[in-house]
Amino acid sequence: MTELHQQGAKRTFKLVGTRPLRPDGIDKVTGRARFGADMDAPGMLHGLVLRSPHAHARIKRIDVSKAERLAGVKAVVTRDDFKLPADSALADICRNVMAREKALYDGHAVAAVAAVSKAVARKALQLIKIDYEILPNVTDVDAAMKPGAPILHETLRTEGVEPKPRKASNVARRHEFGHGDVAKGMAQADIVIERSFKTAATHQGYIEPHACLASVGPDGRGDLWVCTQGHFMVRNTCAGLLGMDASQLRVTASEIGGGFGGKTTVFIEPVALALSRKAGRPVKMVMSRNEVFRATGPTSSSSIDVKIGIKKNGRITAAQAELRYQGGAFPGSPVEFGAMTAFACYDLENVHTVGYDVVTNRPKQAAYRAPGAPMVAHAVESVIDELAKKIGMDPLDFRLLNASKEGTKSSFGPTYGPIGLRATLEEAKRHPHHTAPLGPNQGRGVACGFWFNFGGDTCVSLNINVDGTVGLSVGTPDIGGSRASMSLMAAEELGIPYEKVRTIVADTASLGYNDVTDGSRVTFAAGMATIKAARDATTKLCARAAKVWGIPAEAVVWENGHAKPAGPNAGNFAPMSLAEIAAVASSTGGPIAGHYEVNADGAGVSFATHMVDLEVDPDTGKVTVLRYTVFQDAGKAVHPSYVEGQYQGGAAQGIGWAINEEYIYGADGRLQNAGFLDYRIPVASDLPMIDTVILEIPNPGHPYGVRGVGETSIVPPLAAMANAVSAAAGTRLTELPMSPPRVLKAIMENGRGA
Amino acid sequence: MVKVVLWGSLKHAADGQTEVDLEAENVREALDALAARFPKLKPLLDRGVSVAIDGVFYRDAWFAPIRPDSEVYILPRLAGG
Repeated sequence: MTELHQQGAKRTFKLVGTRPLRPDGIDKVTGRARFGADMDAPGMLHGLVLRSPHAHARIKRIDVSKAERLAGVKAVVTRDDFKLPADSALADICRNVMAREKALYDGHAVAAVAAVSKAVARKALQLIKIDYEILPNVTDVDAAMKPGAPILHETLRTEGVEPKPRKASNVARRHEFGHGDVAKGMAQADIVIERSFKTAATHQGYIEPHACLASVGPDGRGDLWVCTQGHFMVRNTCAGLLGMDASQLRVTASEIGGGFGGKTTVFIEPVALALSRKAGRPVKMVMSRNEVFRATGPTSSSSIDVKIGIKKNGRITAAQAELRYQGGAFPGSPVEFGAMTAFACYDLENVHTVGYDVVTNRPKQAAYRAPGAPMVAHAVESVIDELAKKIGMDPLDFRLLNASKEGTKSSFGPTYGPIGLRATLEEAKRHPHHTAPLGPNQGRGVACGFWFNFGGDTCVSLNINVDGTVGLSVGTPDIGGSRASMSLMAAEELGIPYEKVRTIVADTASLGYNDVTDGSRVTFAAGMATIKAARDATTKLCARAAKVWGIPAEAVVWENGHAKPAGPNAGNFAPMSLAEIAAVASSTGGPIAGHYEVNADGAGVSFATHMVDLEVDPDTGKVTVLRYTVFQDAGKAVHPSYVEGQYQGGAAQGIGWAINEEYIYGADGRLQNAGFLDYRIPVASDLPMIDTVILEIPNPGHPYGVRGVGETSIVPPLAAMANAVSAAAGTRLTELPMSPPRVLKAIMENGRGA
Repeated sequence: MVKVVLWGSLKHAADGQTEVDLEAENVREALDALAARFPKLKPLLDRGVSVAIDGVFYRDAWFAPIRPDSEVYILPRLAGG
């Protein structure tokens, strides 16, 4: 049993905190689970997209006549089949799913075909003639900001600057945060370090490519089965793009083979619906890996300057950063979150950050786990590491000296409530990893990370079945084990075994709106709604027992899975179990169900500290990770195995971002490594077992103290790895990925080459 | 009166101010008062923001209460992966 100490109350859990078998395990290992591409329908057509081979080109003319005449082709759609919405965000999505005046990146969709087979569809794509006027391209963020850079959008004027620019540029927005007087703080410093850093664009690398099956009838009603992190978002976005009523488009989420933020928007879904509407038949679309790389949303690449001043005793006097993120062909890079999170781990009197959101000829970025935070953590935590070394202080002690705590005015403004950063640092200091010996060419790195987490719109239904089992319907696709954690929380609250609850992800017609599975929100928000829905059900169960006993409902309480009289005055009745009340539900008033709807708030911010040991081969520059430990606050770990999985997954993705992964563009603006052979993500054999330490500092905003854990774990690893590689190589590396050629070059320049 | 702090990028739409004293007892009243005083802010607020009250983030929570001594920040609308 585990205990919760929160707001003076103590709660003992029977199920929360245990590790039952995952409900989707058998389906996934036997192949019974149905992912996006596993759906079929009678008379189904196959849809394929024609993509621009040019990074930047005006589309002068599209001729689809030959393709339309090909036997077996049932529909062709182009820009002419999509009406541009008035809403600017929706208009950008519309332009992204189907190019209009210009193709803005290599891989931008320009037409799509639905045919009786993939072979016919492929042939039809070859028959579409596009008359392009090729334009100069720009894919690097710093180059895109320079005067004279090729301009993507003639109408784009930088927001957040005064006076408002009269000329177009590629800088969409300027964001600014901070407090105090940085110049004064820098003047007080004994030591100031200023460095510039770069990180490459990386892809979330989910194993399942985007896939969907769309079916629109002649009456205008549609169904869509899709692999997504948020089917309500898909419904609303697609309905908006296609001019449909939300009620007329029912969206069902498939099993999902990873998302990490990349499936929080639409790409092929509105195209499949448009093709189906035109053809009058169901249309299935499945992206190839090449398309996933070229035309979905990787995260931003970044270019960042950081300057931090300290006293000789290690106390930071001032900190500032300028962040430049390219977010692909449309505004919306997560640079504001980078600028907000940059110094969130530190208690600072004087801090200032400026972020620039820049467009380039690359695919429109999509969210990637704690969007915007890992890149700037890499920059800031690298300078912190260098400062600690400069004054001969242990990097954990340096961070403890400066760490944010309850009452700290955060670098983005608000004052922190109870937070767990110091606890993660102290735990890291106590851990044997911290003092383990290192061999030659080996280095140790530590880094901290922060993420906001949020709650959002959530709606769940909990149905009591007549046999005493429970069906729980949630509206958030299960990416990280939410069916297990929801079942645990429902069973805990109802007082029944975990195995008696089956949780499903219901379609958009069955529940009210649920926000996307993102922001580390589901265990927090859907969990809160599940607990409240279960409490709604137990209130009703108590009322039914009260009716049976002929006593007032207020005189009945729910305990250990039973309704029982509240006290001796209520009467002497044997407690009724959930199953006993369920069995007579029809006779006592009808079916029993609990519901809850909320825009959840109080998610509580999250911190982590990571520690890594690695070895650098001085002859080749190859980095081998030897040991890795994650220290993170979970508030309350509902199913600790899944929490560990989130910690390990964040670390693994961060390691890939640090040493392997990058989008490589040629001068022609074409992506040169659109496949897992040349875009190398870490696999199990590349990594040691990643150790995890779960801290549990209850979140006062959740009934069980839960805090989201999905995103924070990717924030520290880039920096932890950079600090370890720099220690092992004997020279500071400032650009990711730290691939063998780049590491070897740094070693050679430092005069330590073999 | 409550002091509402705008994140730096909004100051250009708020006559250069980042701290504004308002009469507001909840989020909706605060946002309405800001939009009424600084019309150029309205489209930026309408696009979506977060409001942090005493360290807790809210999105679209019109009726989240604000006390006269509350710490209130208008910040970018949070998103996640």
